[in-house]
Amino acid sequence: MQKGLFSALLQLADDHLVLGHRLSEWCGHAPMLEEDLALPNIALDLIGQARSLYTYAGEIEGVGRDEDALAFCRIEREYQNLLICELPNGDFAQTILRQFYFSSFMLLFWEQAQNSSDATVAAVAGKAIKEAKYHRRHCGEWVIRLGDGTDESARRMQASCEILEPYLGELFNNSYGSLEISQSGVLPDRSLLQEPWLIDVMEVFQAANLNIPDLTHAHKGGREGRHTEAMGHLLAQLQYMQRSFPDMAW
Amino acid sequence: MVNSQAIRAWSAASAVLDPEVPAVTVADLGILRSVEMDEYGRAVARVTPTYSGCPAVLAIELAIEAALRDAGFDPVIERSLTPAWTTDWITDLGREKLRAYGIAPPVAGSSSKRALFGDVQVSCPRCSAKDTSKLSEFGSTACKAHYRCNSCLEPFDYFKCI
Repeated sequence: MQKGLFSALLQLADDHLVLGHRLSEWCGHAPMLEEDLALPNIALDLIGQARSLYTYAGEIEGVGRDEDALAFCRIEREYQNLLICELPNGDFAQTILRQFYFSSFMLLFWEQAQNSSDATVAAVAGKAIKEAKYHRRHCGEWVIRLGDGTDESARRMQASCEILEPYLGELFNNSYGSLEISQSGVLPDRSLLQEPWLIDVMEVFQAANLNIPDLTHAHKGGREGRHTEAMGHLLAQLQYMQRSFPDMAW
Repeated sequence: MVNSQAIRAWSAASAVLDPEVPAVTVADLGILRSVEMDEYGRAVARVTPTYSGCPAVLAIELAIEAALRDAGFDPVIERSLTPAWTTDWITDLGREKLRAYGIAPPVAGSSSKRALFGDVQVSCPRCSAKDTSKLSEFGSTACKAHYRCNSCLEPFDYFKCI
């Protein structure tokens, strides 16, 4: 039970850290000032959620690893994030679409997790739910604006749908051990979130004139530490300071 | 005796100003939840962050710790996530201070779903006009959005509702 919980928390934390890191790459590069504020702000929320999750995972593990040790001092194969979180940002359309998919999913996830049988998970969820709701709304509006916008924005949004489509199925997989965690009421069963998630996506996609994604083909491997080529490059930047100056602090 | 100690500890901790919005105290914002004396005679301050990733949390905790120490207490800071912070905890005095500082306070009863989805009327903190428009959903800090008054044309921060 404890080992399963540790692993489930780590996976969730890795999703948030890695995606937060990706979003932070937009700082200073977004197509407009408002988005230059929005994307790093969302990154900040995700990294904040990751910190709470890592800290709790470290407590559950019980061998003295804190949030920094878990976030910075593991090798690539030990990260268990979803592949969609580590994919390069692509253009603004692709970043926003991924964020919409993720925030829509996490909103459903946290809504259930706030009633978790585990008090710490419930507390993290209670906080995260408000943030996810804001992200979901912001990104959903952009998906509609771009999908139903100019020929160029619609083309880019549809292209982003196609790039991200094979990475969506992994969102709904319960990894090894995590089904046990969901059966004990600690974290939601991911497979049950697919239907409400599709309903939410469909609502936005209809307004955006986009084709509903097909979830049948899904790349997998993130939960087992088998990553895309992009992950090593991401970690090289994320871990640079800890690798150069081990145990540094300021 | 213990009680008067707790009251003194509260007044020391609650005077700490928010580092991002130095017009209001941590008590005005509802970030400082309580200060109690524990069985070892330490002053235990319970602090709740506004946003999970708020970078000011650590600065706030250190400032409260320092304020308690200056007042002669042995401080303990406890970070508490639950119940989750809501803009409804900003006191009436805090809201007035925000407005005077040029930040529109969250619309009352703001944690409602209607407010979250932007269906609210934000008044200009400078000229009180109700004709305002949202420029950016995200602002200079995690807790603010950016607005403009269509009457006096001043841009202003709005403390967003969660």
